[in-house]
Amino acid sequence: MDYLPNIIFLLVLVAGIGFFAKNVKALSRNIKLGKDVDVSDNKPQRWKNMARIALGQTKMVVRPVAGILHIVVYVGFIIINIEVLEIILDGLLGTHRIFAPLGVVYDVLIGSFEILAFLVIVSVVIFWVRRNVIKIQRFLKPEMKGWPKKDGNLILYIEFVLMTLFLTMNAADFQLQTIDALHYVKAGSFPVSQFIAPIFSGMSEASLIVVERSAWWLHIIGILLFLNYLYYSKHLHILLAFPNTYYGKVKPKGQLDNLEAVTAEVKMMMDPDVDPFAAPAEGADEAAEPDKFGASDVTDLNWVQLLNSYTCTECGRCTSECPANQTGKLLSPRKIMMDTRDRLQEVGNNIDKNKGEFVADGKQLLGDYITEEELWACTSCNACTEACPVSIDPLSIIMDMRRYLVMEQSAAPSDLNNMMGNIENNGAPWPFNQMDRLNWKNES
Amino acid sequence: MSNELKVPTMAELFAEGKQPEVLFWVGCAGSFDDRAKKITKAFVKILNKANVSFAVLGTEESCTGDPAKRAGNEFLFQMQAVTNIEVMNAYEVKKVVTACPHCFNTIKNEYPGLGGNYEVVHHTQFLKDLLSEGRITMEGGQYKGKRITFHDPCYLGRANGVYEAPRDLIRKLDAELVEMKNCKKKGLCCGAGGAQMFKEPENGNKDVNVERTEQALGTKPEIIAAGCPFCNTMMTDGVKSKEKEGEVEVLDIAELIANAEDL
Repeated sequence: MDYLPNIIFLLVLVAGIGFFAKNVKALSRNIKLGKDVDVSDNKPQRWKNMARIALGQTKMVVRPVAGILHIVVYVGFIIINIEVLEIILDGLLGTHRIFAPLGVVYDVLIGSFEILAFLVIVSVVIFWVRRNVIKIQRFLKPEMKGWPKKDGNLILYIEFVLMTLFLTMNAADFQLQTIDALHYVKAGSFPVSQFIAPIFSGMSEASLIVVERSAWWLHIIGILLFLNYLYYSKHLHILLAFPNTYYGKVKPKGQLDNLEAVTAEVKMMMDPDVDPFAAPAEGADEAAEPDKFGASDVTDLNWVQLLNSYTCTECGRCTSECPANQTGKLLSPRKIMMDTRDRLQEVGNNIDKNKGEFVADGKQLLGDYITEEELWACTSCNACTEACPVSIDPLSIIMDMRRYLVMEQSAAPSDLNNMMGNIENNGAPWPFNQMDRLNWKNES
Repeated sequence: MSNELKVPTMAELFAEGKQPEVLFWVGCAGSFDDRAKKITKAFVKILNKANVSFAVLGTEESCTGDPAKRAGNEFLFQMQAVTNIEVMNAYEVKKVVTACPHCFNTIKNEYPGLGGNYEVVHHTQFLKDLLSEGRITMEGGQYKGKRITFHDPCYLGRANGVYEAPRDLIRKLDAELVEMKNCKKKGLCCGAGGAQMFKEPENGNKDVNVERTEQALGTKPEIIAAGCPFCNTMMTDGVKSKEKEGEVEVLDIAELIANAEDL
């Protein structure tokens, strides 16, 4: 019977981590539904980007208030994982404060965890006020209604509760240490929870143990639940920000990729030696020829774009910098990312339901999620990609969908068709004769 | 002002067996748009004054394909690109200078993948180099002490990280450079990029160029400086819509320098 708590703990831990692993597998399967893309280039630059942007949070502090609060929560999260390690070891081995022999180091560790936990609580409260009391524009956009809003708040509530449990646990422990309770070694320093401890003064040792154990269990179970909540939440960014910044664009922002399938065709058209009636070489063209140009659904996008969509934290920095959005147009780069993720999730669920096969559901990303009006409002100015704190590229998705509209459906706005007709016929977007190109030289 | 611009074409020089130092890529706006032609001429005047050996392609130049690519027409873009690359490679072009950030971005970043490898510079970078090499000298002239704000073209700034060359040139005019609320990395688009120049904007509260012009006017400038023919048009329209054309001028950096030097 003595081992019962250890066994229960092991079961809880295995269930929590197991369920998480299952979700990670689903996540990775969904991302791999995207087309392959070569991201093996510029390795040193990629590592540097990850270190600077994800680990170093350099892009977060562009907006100092949100940035600094975010860093507090982020550092709190990372450091408190050391505490979680102790909790797991204690849980499995039936020990209490297994790192206590570290002595002064341990005191410093626990003391700093407490201060961080307190700062996290303060930050979380300010975040909550920013989201719910002060009317900050980017949290009020149409795409932020319903689940996205609730999700944002839920994360804050969970973090608040977890930190409170941690401090409560320490406060009860502090009391138990003062009354020399058996099993409760004198260890750690409690710069924050010592102020909570007086609430428990006068309680019996048994009651204190109940409080301490309850807080301990709820804290670790809460962490495991939170771990599994990630998959359903924008909070997934705490994991995906790292690969996402690694795989983020390393070319100049203005450079769009040249579609290789088109290059092959253009080269053939321009080559006078090509026999247009020749039978294609065995199997050669089938591999090169894509089933369609551009993207109308998530499976036409590449896996980095899909990874982008899962990494999006819905912070809306992209949308608030977007010139189209600022002037009241329908386009919101954040919505492009959220739509992509929602559709990808839908496709993934469809595959799961149908034994690994996607069964056509009569829907696609273009039209059912993202409208043409949104796509045509983009000025390709890269304000969104510059603003994103985790290197997401909404512009690449917009461009791929424009390609589909134009090359597969000939569905460009008529003004653009005129422009393209002019380029084709006159070599300029306006209806001027190419032979007049140098006329400016002699005009006064 | 003299009208005698020396504008050799690559074909002429080639016939004489000569190779210029740099190809000046004029671009469609610079060739055909009445406002942008003034920028083209201002830049040529500076090149002439500095005795830079350059040439243009003239009638052999064609649209780089930028607006087609950004509208999603990859076929048309690559047709244009491959044609232009063939012409430039035939003339063994090594270095390209252009006053259009869209041409600059496309030739610099998207042509290499299709066989066109050149050193590409924006005219503000080129002018700055001429200045530091002592090939042109600049004094403030009529712009001394004037309040000038610079509008970053997206395809020069964020797209390619060129922020300082145009600003250095403005400072060389002894002008007072004032920055807008959104500048450099956080610059706001003029509303013309991504093929928007050639279509009506989508419905909204206001046009992007009006928003940007309001930011520019917020700095109480005497001159709004631009480095892109499309930005120039958009800002000029914005200034007109605010009925400020009597007070605020929109000028390209090349025009500022040409005017300051009385060219």
